[in-house]
Amino acid sequence: MKVVIAGMGSVGRGVVEMISKKSLGLMVTGIADSKSGVINNDGIDLGGVLEKKQKTGYCGDKKISATSVINKADYDALVEVTPTNATTGEPGLGYIRLAMGRKKHVVTSNKGPIALAYKELKKLAAKNGVALRHEATVGGAIPIFHTIGQGLAGNEILAIFGVLNGTCNFILSRMSDEGLTYEQALLEAREMGYAEADPTYDVQGIDAAIKLVILANTIWGNGVTLNDVNRTGIDLLTPDALRLADDEDCTIRLIAEAIPKKGLLRVSPRIIEKNHPLVVEGTLNAITIQTDMAKEITLIGKGAGSIETASAIIGDLLFIRDRYVERS
Amino acid sequence: MRLEMKDAPGQLVAALKPISDVGGNIIAVIHQRDPGSDEDTLVVQIVLELPEGRLGELVTILKHQGVHIQRIGEERFLYQRTVILIGHLMHTNLSDTVDRIDTTGFAEVSELSMRMPAINERSSSRLTIKSVTKDDMEKAISILRSVASEKDLLLIEPLEEIA
Repeated sequence: MKVVIAGMGSVGRGVVEMISKKSLGLMVTGIADSKSGVINNDGIDLGGVLEKKQKTGYCGDKKISATSVINKADYDALVEVTPTNATTGEPGLGYIRLAMGRKKHVVTSNKGPIALAYKELKKLAAKNGVALRHEATVGGAIPIFHTIGQGLAGNEILAIFGVLNGTCNFILSRMSDEGLTYEQALLEAREMGYAEADPTYDVQGIDAAIKLVILANTIWGNGVTLNDVNRTGIDLLTPDALRLADDEDCTIRLIAEAIPKKGLLRVSPRIIEKNHPLVVEGTLNAITIQTDMAKEITLIGKGAGSIETASAIIGDLLFIRDRYVERS
Repeated sequence: MRLEMKDAPGQLVAALKPISDVGGNIIAVIHQRDPGSDEDTLVVQIVLELPEGRLGELVTILKHQGVHIQRIGEERFLYQRTVILIGHLMHTNLSDTVDRIDTTGFAEVSELSMRMPAINERSSSRLTIKSVTKDDMEKAISILRSVASEKDLLLIEPLEEIA
């Protein structure tokens, strides 16, 4: 199967590296970053591109744009891994529309387009007879959508509970284990490279809320948006609150929950028993699915990272290859 | 509850069995022979937990077996939930916050732990709330939510999963 990759940040590089290292039967015919692009319909030399990107900051020719790679290369599926813009979804949203217009399958890790325009993109995919997969948008390496779509096929999903933001979970783990203040734990998260210079997105629960919106739309197709999420962050928590929880063998974690029957869509810090499966350490993510037949299933895994996210993307690519491309 | 039954072999067991049949849990059985009482009857006090709404059923079964119920004590709180409040708890009148729950008549704050780091800094407290029914608990938590928003406090609720 032939693949084009748009975006050469840490996720894009991870995907390129894994495709070049492992014999997955995937051939890359186009790669683009924000400033350059490269097309070779017989297969790009991936090692060469990775080296060039590292040395010069460009993956290809400055005269070739991402749009022209998506428009001109010969491929079956687009891997759209450009940075997330939660307000406009761009440039990813445009790239996805463009590829689907050419009847190409799309795999993305980009939360912006999926949170903003899932319904529209699903329709566009159906109209063009292609697949849209976004395993990497929620829970990093955790195969949540494969689990729900294939493993739990036929189940009614009653509720979802998740620890969906590794930065918040790291901060809360440190506050709980070491008695740090919120400010100290945040500083540590920054030093470890887990938190951005502006941590608002993470600590106020916006990132977790976007992921919850994606989960709800994918599972129940209920068309909810970020504004429908009742959201409280972790930035006002005190070490005392964690100690008070600890006295009762509990801790506090940022939990995203969706219970459609109660109309509940909420991200908030919650008191939770320490031995609960959702209480995971550090930057890990965890998701509990409640269904009518299987009852409760909890998945735990790395919520971020270059190779970890590449795992989710490659899983989607191979799913598309097996289900769509090799059949025809 | 206080029960009066025939002092014959098997009677006590027969009186206790219906409690588990309706899904109840026996906490204590107090059995004292009153020397002045009629030799034929036995008075037993039982402390028990029952699922909501099953008391009437139990009473009917016991009566059917010829057990006389002398007295049914007060229903006690069964549901318990712990929450944490963070903010300027004293300045925003903590006793009023507690009163808003206690004055409902269907729920009460049964325990309160507090940590105050320094004057003018936000304090944290843990409240245990009890109620008779699950619905009452939902109502009590909802009252706390609105008090917290009114007084600019951060309310941390426990994670309650649906079953």
